[in-house]
Amino acid sequence: MSLIQFTDKGLYCPVGDFYIDPWRPVQRAVITHAHSDHARWGSARYLSHHLSKGMLRQRLGQDIALQTIGWEEPLRIHDVELMLFPAGHIVGSSMVRVAAHGETWLITGDYKLEDDGLSTAWQPVNCTHMVTECTFGLPIYQWQPQQQVYNDMCTWVTQNHQQQYTSVFYAYSLGKAQRIQRALAATGLRIWLHGAIANANEALKADGIVLPECHRITADTSKADIEGQIVIAPPSAAGSSWLKKAGRYRDANCSGWMQVRGNKRRNNSDAGFVLSDHADWPSLLQAVQLCGAEKVYSTHGFTDSFSRYLQEEKNIWSEAVQTQYGGEEDAPETTGGAA
Amino acid sequence: MKAFAQLVQQVGSSTKTNEKLQALLQYFNTADDADKVWTIAIFSGRRPKRFVNTRMLTDCCIELTQTPAWLFEECYHTVGDFAETIALLATQKNTAAIQQALPSLSQLIASFISLQKTDEETRKAFVVSHWQHMDFDACFVFNKLITGGFRIGVSQQTMVNALQKATGIDASVLAHRISGNWDPSNTSFTELILSGDTTADSSKPYPFYLAYPLAAEPESLGPIADWQVEWKWDGIRGQVIVRDALYIWSRGEELLTDYLPEFHGWEKLLPPGTVLDGEIVALLPNANSIPEHIGPFAQLQTRINRKLVSKKLLQQSPVGFIAYDVLEWKGEDIRQTPLSERRPLLEQLLQEHPLPGLFKSPVVTADNWETLTEQRRYSRDQKAEGLMLKRCNSVYQTGRKVGDWWKWKIEPLTIDAVMIYAQKGHGRRSNLYTDYTFAVRDGDKLVSFTKAYSGLTDKEFAEVDAFVKKHAIEKFGPVRTVKPELVFEIAFEGIAASNRHKSGVALRFPRINRWRKDKPASEINTLDDLKQLLQQYGNSSSK
Ligand SMILES: [Zn+2]
Ligand SMILES: [Zn+2]
Repeated sequence: MSLIQFTDKGLYCPVGDFYIDPWRPVQRAVITHAHSDHARWGSARYLSHHLSKGMLRQRLGQDIALQTIGWEEPLRIHDVELMLFPAGHIVGSSMVRVAAHGETWLITGDYKLEDDGLSTAWQPVNCTHMVTECTFGLPIYQWQPQQQVYNDMCTWVTQNHQQQYTSVFYAYSLGKAQRIQRALAATGLRIWLHGAIANANEALKADGIVLPECHRITADTSKADIEGQIVIAPPSAAGSSWLKKAGRYRDANCSGWMQVRGNKRRNNSDAGFVLSDHADWPSLLQAVQLCGAEKVYSTHGFTDSFSRYLQEEKNIWSEAVQTQYGGEEDAPETTGGAA
Repeated sequence: MKAFAQLVQQVGSSTKTNEKLQALLQYFNTADDADKVWTIAIFSGRRPKRFVNTRMLTDCCIELTQTPAWLFEECYHTVGDFAETIALLATQKNTAAIQQALPSLSQLIASFISLQKTDEETRKAFVVSHWQHMDFDACFVFNKLITGGFRIGVSQQTMVNALQKATGIDASVLAHRISGNWDPSNTSFTELILSGDTTADSSKPYPFYLAYPLAAEPESLGPIADWQVEWKWDGIRGQVIVRDALYIWSRGEELLTDYLPEFHGWEKLLPPGTVLDGEIVALLPNANSIPEHIGPFAQLQTRINRKLVSKKLLQQSPVGFIAYDVLEWKGEDIRQTPLSERRPLLEQLLQEHPLPGLFKSPVVTADNWETLTEQRRYSRDQKAEGLMLKRCNSVYQTGRKVGDWWKWKIEPLTIDAVMIYAQKGHGRRSNLYTDYTFAVRDGDKLVSFTKAYSGLTDKEFAEVDAFVKKHAIEKFGPVRTVKPELVFEIAFEGIAASNRHKSGVALRFPRINRWRKDKPASEINTLDDLKQLLQQYGNSSSK
């Protein structure tokens, strides 16, 4: 019997009787991170990293039965040893290592290799079986170093400021929004937040995360306060009347999907920055190599291509697995997804 | 090259016409003259001759980046643009440090021309060495230049407006100067734009005057007596120029003379200094009158797409010209003369010089808008796709202008069909399932009959995309077979018999008219319905 099974409720560990990121309610759910395609409502008991606590409660309900643990703290569940390792995707995002009967499985959830200074930095984890995401599993997806993207963003913001335009960024409220805040603090301009993002900030601060000074946009905030400064809002705000408060503005999306011109144009925004919280193609290959897995299962994204490449070019056994991951923040069709 | 790449990037990424105009103006104010000439050439659809083909470029990219061929294909399918796919793959490892100073646009194109005579290895080496020293933007533009697939996202009108700002020369004069048959390699900016020496090139067409679709009720146009009404022919808009020789231009400013041997000789039969505006249409063999002898549009395409027209093809698929306006008369530009005076000249000309294959677009008469509306319903019988309304006192303007010329098309034909296959789109929809194949019912079977691309809103596309992802039954490469559940109304302009399609019919301009969420798949149209449409409209319109 395989240590991890792919069931219609999600990834299941029969020996430990728990699921990892299930998409239907179950008795016991281990959650890699608080994005909505991984953390779903309705399970009886949850387990995650300490740093996901605030966000999970805010999203799934204050009263959920939630147990949290730290990095590399072994936890025994029946005959299984479970451990969390940092995934570097967003604050609290973890890779789950499950070991029993001589097999060691690593379920990555979403991850990236580059240290963004907010999420605890990714590190390789030895395993025999690896279930990896591959949202950007094609060689056209290769990211510039983040500092270069940050510099481009700051230049754009400064130029807008000089021409008395507000700079509006669309970003998923958990993860990308905070990365943008840190990147733009360097401009010295005021950063205004949509309520949804301000809420996420508060939950993160409660978990001890340090963020630059930002301001919540409320009913009392006037156009004069915002004009020429910076606004960060969820993608759903694009084109809405809520943006009237921003005055004259230019808008931008920050996402890995911006790598392809067609997506940039489709968003109809003034600018698109290629900034992703997911591993790019070289990082995916590097991660597989560093973790040393014999068998690699690929989930959300270009699974078929990635598995075939591993199989044919790298001589690693690999197979694509159907999951229901790849929700709002990974989907290219969402304007400015946080992918 | 760098400035040109930046210009392409700016006009390609901006969604605002004014920003595009500013970027072009900035470029025309600063760029080198030789580069400006090439930029005008490229932005008006002229391009350097190709010295590589896509197979060679694919090979170069696969070798350089060590990408397996199937993965290259997969990338191309996702990106939807060949030049961009290569730019993404080939420049990834190029740090700023190794990006060398690039040659100027005109120097680069001069190298392309000199490479024509070299062997394949030399050409490949040239390409690869350039890729290795470029950033993404430059590489993208470079690839577009060498593959000749330039679609920049800027209209010729916008470019002409920018030139007007840069030079102070009137836009309509500029539009004429940059039209016609000139070679960017040996034309200077001064000759082309500034000196206004148009006599040097007798092939130059006049910029076409384009009609707007009529959205309002025709009554809003005032008395019907102020309007000249014609059928809207379904062919290729063209200009016949008789000066020192014969030139035939399409609206896309393509010189078509070589494709149309049946018009050869007109330069001797029509008075010199004559320019006619009209429609190139397909004809039935031995045609002598219209509209009875107009042939299907698809037949015209077989003629325009190949250079060498065989005798057999010429006999099977002849073409003709339906003239509706005269722009130059006895060597004089008469575009500023009102239509009411140009029309009698046209009639006089065609009466004095009857030529086989040259027809006059008849004027449709009606006492009031109501009668005309009634006549319009019979457009398909006339092998037309509606009516053209032209104000009698209108001058011949440049480009698309509101007010004097309207096209009043008939409602499209429609059929309700179910989606059975989906495929990811290209370009801006490269991550969504947006290309669908539709089927009608034939007993208890479904028969696919058309693909359709456009017609849904972004929101609807996202919804269908989600459906496809959930309900894919089978995969064939990029194609997903989906549960036949979603019903759409497909609109099209014409229908013709076709043995290349399973259904036996081919549609013209099929598109999604609307999503029939109200209709279950059990109630879609049948193959018999399609065949009936074919009977009714097939031979007459086949558009
Ligand atoms: Zn995520
Ligand atoms: Zn995810």
